[in-house]
Amino acid sequence: MTEARTPLWEVFIRPRNGLSHKHVGSVHAADATMALQAARDVYTRRGEGLSVWVVPSAEITASDPADKDALFEPTASKIYRHPTFYEVPDEVENM
Amino acid sequence: MYSQGLIGADGTTDEDEAFLQHFQSRIDAEQKIEPNDAMPEGYRRTLIRQISQHAHSEIVGMLPEGNWISRAPTLRRKAALLAKVQDEGGHGLYLYAAAETLGISREEMTEQLLTGAAKYSSIFNYPTPTWADIGAIGWLVDGAAIMNQIPLCRCSFGPYARAMIRICKEESFHQRQGYEIMLTLCSGTPEQKQLAQDSLDRWWWPSLMMFGPHDSDSTHSDQSMAWKIKRFSNDELRQKFIDATVPQAEFLGIKMPDPDLEWSEKRGSYDHGPIDWDEFWRVVKGGGKCSKDRISDRQAAWDNGAWVREAALAYADKVRARQATAAPTPVAAE
Repeated sequence: MTEARTPLWEVFIRPRNGLSHKHVGSVHAADATMALQAARDVYTRRGEGLSVWVVPSAEITASDPADKDALFEPTASKIYRHPTFYEVPDEVENM
Repeated sequence: MYSQGLIGADGTTDEDEAFLQHFQSRIDAEQKIEPNDAMPEGYRRTLIRQISQHAHSEIVGMLPEGNWISRAPTLRRKAALLAKVQDEGGHGLYLYAAAETLGISREEMTEQLLTGAAKYSSIFNYPTPTWADIGAIGWLVDGAAIMNQIPLCRCSFGPYARAMIRICKEESFHQRQGYEIMLTLCSGTPEQKQLAQDSLDRWWWPSLMMFGPHDSDSTHSDQSMAWKIKRFSNDELRQKFIDATVPQAEFLGIKMPDPDLEWSEKRGSYDHGPIDWDEFWRVVKGGGKCSKDRISDRQAAWDNGAWVREAALAYADKVRARQATAAPTPVAAE
């Protein structure tokens, strides 16, 4: 098959409940307008959202899974970043 | 809808023992495997085969039902059938996208379908001569598919599991839609009820075959179970489907075409008669009544859409060239 490949787009939808846009999947489309239309047809058949973003997949820079430890492990040891690290006397009640 | 995805899936792999053990320990710990993670070649190959065949099944599955859109008996039925067929198209696209994360292109998958290198579920090679078949497909074929698909929501490969969650949510209306058609026919005239019975007679055995060969003949199941691509065996799922469906037929007042079907107190399940595996393999190998039509319809859709794909890409190039002369102003996303 000598077909030219139709570019891939990642689709993000903002649901009605006030949350931010969330990745829902991908579509192939020749340009942004068609990608938006395809995303609307494929990912919002049941009132899933109020706003759609499409981003060319090739434009996404992702962290390398091989760097996972270097990037994310150090945060595991920093328990003082969490409120439960600190002692508050019972008398103080809610804080 | 579901393909007998494991038929022909080759799970052999030749990585070293330490690599395979580390991978297996991740699977055993119920960690999801994501596209950029290291994985055995056999795992990748098995998933590409299973997901792409599942996707092809959704797409080809639009054809037998599409046959009745223009002849649905009422506007309500027509709107529901259109929505169902559109869902199947959407499900195919979610699944193609999940397979693409493993490094196969959409174009390659399409080519594999059209040349016959990849299979799709044999159930779609049966014809839909009457309106009752649309009821039987929703009730039995989608019912069997749901049995298969619910465990796939917990599949070890993240993108496949996520696509299946979406699909299962949408699929539940399909089965109800089919059962409602059967119910309407069964509470109609004797001729209408006979249409429903006739359709059940034709779809019951092929629906049972959708779960694939018996566990004793299912060659690649063990590896897929170990990798948690598959969570239940073919026979376990088939039994669950039979146990759930027989009472639904009794409610309709129609009979499964199996004289050996009988409740077993001992097993707490229905016993059933022998499945005609010769027919199953004949249809898998392309000998189904509609096998040639299905592929020639897909080929025609691909060929007739070629000029649209070319024109869309040419237009996108033109617009890009035009925009390259104007400076872009970045704005923060809303």
